[in-house]
Amino acid sequence: MSAPRRELLSGDEAVALAALDGGITLGTGYPGTPSTEILEYLSSIGGRAQWAPNEKVALEVAIGVSFAGARALMTTKHVGLNVAADPLFTAAYTGVQGALVIVVADDPGMASSQNEQDSRHYAEAAALPMIEPSDSQESYDFMLAAIELSERWNIPVLLRLTTRVCHSKTIVQSRGALPAPPPAHFERDIKTRVMIPAYARPAHRRLRTKLDEIAEWAETSPLNMQVPRTGAADAPAIITSGVSFGHVLEAAPGAPVLKLGVTYPLPLGLVRDFVKREGDAIVVEEGDPILEKRLLADGIAVRGKPSMYRFGEFNVNRVRRILAGDTSPEPPPAPGKPPELCKMCPYRPVYNLLSRLGCIVAGDIGCYTLGVLPPFSAMDTCVCMGASLGVGLGLRHALPEEQARKVVSIIGDSTFMHSGLTGVAEMVYNLPPTGHVLIILDNSTTAMTGQQEHPGTGRTLAHEEAGKVVVEEVLRGMGVTQVHVNDPVTDPDGFESILEKCLASNEACVIIERRVCILAAGRIKEYERAAQKCSDPLPATENETAGEPEHVA
Amino acid sequence: MSPESTVSTATTNVVIAGLGGQGVLKASDILADAVFNSGFDVKKSEIHGMSQRGGSVASDVRFGGRVLSPMITEGEADFLVVLSEDQVELNTPVLRPGGVLLGPDLLPQDVVANRRVWNVALLGALSAHLSVEVSVWEDAIRRALPEKVHETNLRVFHQMREKAVTA
Repeated sequence: MSAPRRELLSGDEAVALAALDGGITLGTGYPGTPSTEILEYLSSIGGRAQWAPNEKVALEVAIGVSFAGARALMTTKHVGLNVAADPLFTAAYTGVQGALVIVVADDPGMASSQNEQDSRHYAEAAALPMIEPSDSQESYDFMLAAIELSERWNIPVLLRLTTRVCHSKTIVQSRGALPAPPPAHFERDIKTRVMIPAYARPAHRRLRTKLDEIAEWAETSPLNMQVPRTGAADAPAIITSGVSFGHVLEAAPGAPVLKLGVTYPLPLGLVRDFVKREGDAIVVEEGDPILEKRLLADGIAVRGKPSMYRFGEFNVNRVRRILAGDTSPEPPPAPGKPPELCKMCPYRPVYNLLSRLGCIVAGDIGCYTLGVLPPFSAMDTCVCMGASLGVGLGLRHALPEEQARKVVSIIGDSTFMHSGLTGVAEMVYNLPPTGHVLIILDNSTTAMTGQQEHPGTGRTLAHEEAGKVVVEEVLRGMGVTQVHVNDPVTDPDGFESILEKCLASNEACVIIERRVCILAAGRIKEYERAAQKCSDPLPATENETAGEPEHVA
Repeated sequence: MSPESTVSTATTNVVIAGLGGQGVLKASDILADAVFNSGFDVKKSEIHGMSQRGGSVASDVRFGGRVLSPMITEGEADFLVVLSEDQVELNTPVLRPGGVLLGPDLLPQDVVANRRVWNVALLGALSAHLSVEVSVWEDAIRRALPEKVHETNLRVFHQMREKAVTA
């Protein structure tokens, strides 16, 4: 817990501070822009936070924490919630014993994502309450409210942020700690937590009853807010939520505004009264027309936004256009300089070779996705975390042999831990007639999101020593017949000869191109030095053989 | 955000732009910290994630009595600080008519030589236009940077501030 104070924090940092003040026992998640900083900041201010291999595992760990009567936080970016969707839907049925808050950070406009899905759909689909802050103060307040809400109804709560809320810094006044939960303990409750059909059927009914009660609570919840009309009597009223609230206040000074903090279940009575009192009302919501459709479905006459505003992020100017009903084409944003692989990135030679050999490259998610851009243009597909394997295998199964033989899958070390393992199982089990080649770009860090640790680095979120998953041993254990380790910088020719042999082999092949990320190298050396100091003074018995290609048949 | 935030007093809008790795976000952190500690309401907004991969980066800092949206609307920035010459044209539309552009062309030769201090140097130039105490700037710079670079950064900050004041 922190002493109450006033400071400038990002939305992510504010959520973390509230997690600390709210007595969260454990925060877990997988790095993903714009949510990454929540757990990093939580750890830096003395909370307990850890990286899971992926979001599904993170949510399951968080569910376990809550079953122990403790308070759990799970953080994810929007697409990570897809990975965690399986436990999400059933955790709604089991409910929780302590608290479980799931923070999901959407990325309207796709500043750093492969889609701009609107996670508000998940609240209705999984039947879980969702609350949405508009700035850092609310991120702090709503996180504490989410803990209380979760404990009051024994239900997981979705706290939805968007990129602008996560990454904008605004002033936060913290208010000290929530009362601590009772000490963690396990109480057997089989019918609540074991979701066999016989127990799940009543659980579904219990869930709907909880939601009805929460909807009633939402009608008078202080998380919803109204701004009274101070301007023209005929100006339309505005219903909004999240960061759009700030844009609305600036674009339509004096207009009456209903800002919804609870967006599922909706306080329909509150909205109905607002519209009845103010008349003409327009829904200003970033992303899909979700509020608009729900209100219309309930017979509340509101106007929505023109369909062109479903795309991209809002700002004051776009909100002005929406209020004016302006559907004239918007000038395209000026093209800035695109990001690129670092000048000294060890993976430049890898992409140079793939480009030269004319490989068909099934890619994955990470900074190495930048291999798609010129001068390399060496990536042909990128769908989601881990998809390089399945997509590459599918291509191999369907293409004529001459082309199939050119297909390689390429994945980073952290993405491999996240969802590459099941793809390897598929490769070993359903190997195409031409075999397959997976290249793992192992730079010893989760580079894209800011150099976070993962199970393959052998260090915790706080960069302290931990167990380590050794990729080559896993691959051999899974039945991959060729496992090669190479350094793309010191031995680019080695990479070329290995790759050519693998492409011709008809076997399940993995080439680990191992070279530490140049952005992380300095810090990793420091962590290793720190670990050395703490550990047994006996000399290490095993030396790194980076640079020497290793072939295990 | 509280309901009284509808009462808006004049807001100052500063955009800091450049390329990833140039210290754009560090500069906007220092500015936001300095105006926060001068008693202003402040909102700072940018998109990070790709910021270390050499692409275009811009950060909005807004401060005043009450700041509403965290983002600066095109044509409404009072100041545009640009760390890279090739990013000036891209970002200029954000400036209001009469807005002030502070670019790397302002930097004297001895400062140009050390690219790592361009961000704080241009904050020095910006500081001449803002009502923030020098000591508050100095504290913000010290808080944001490692101790071994304090002296160099404070020196270029003052050098550029004095140059801007006398210009």
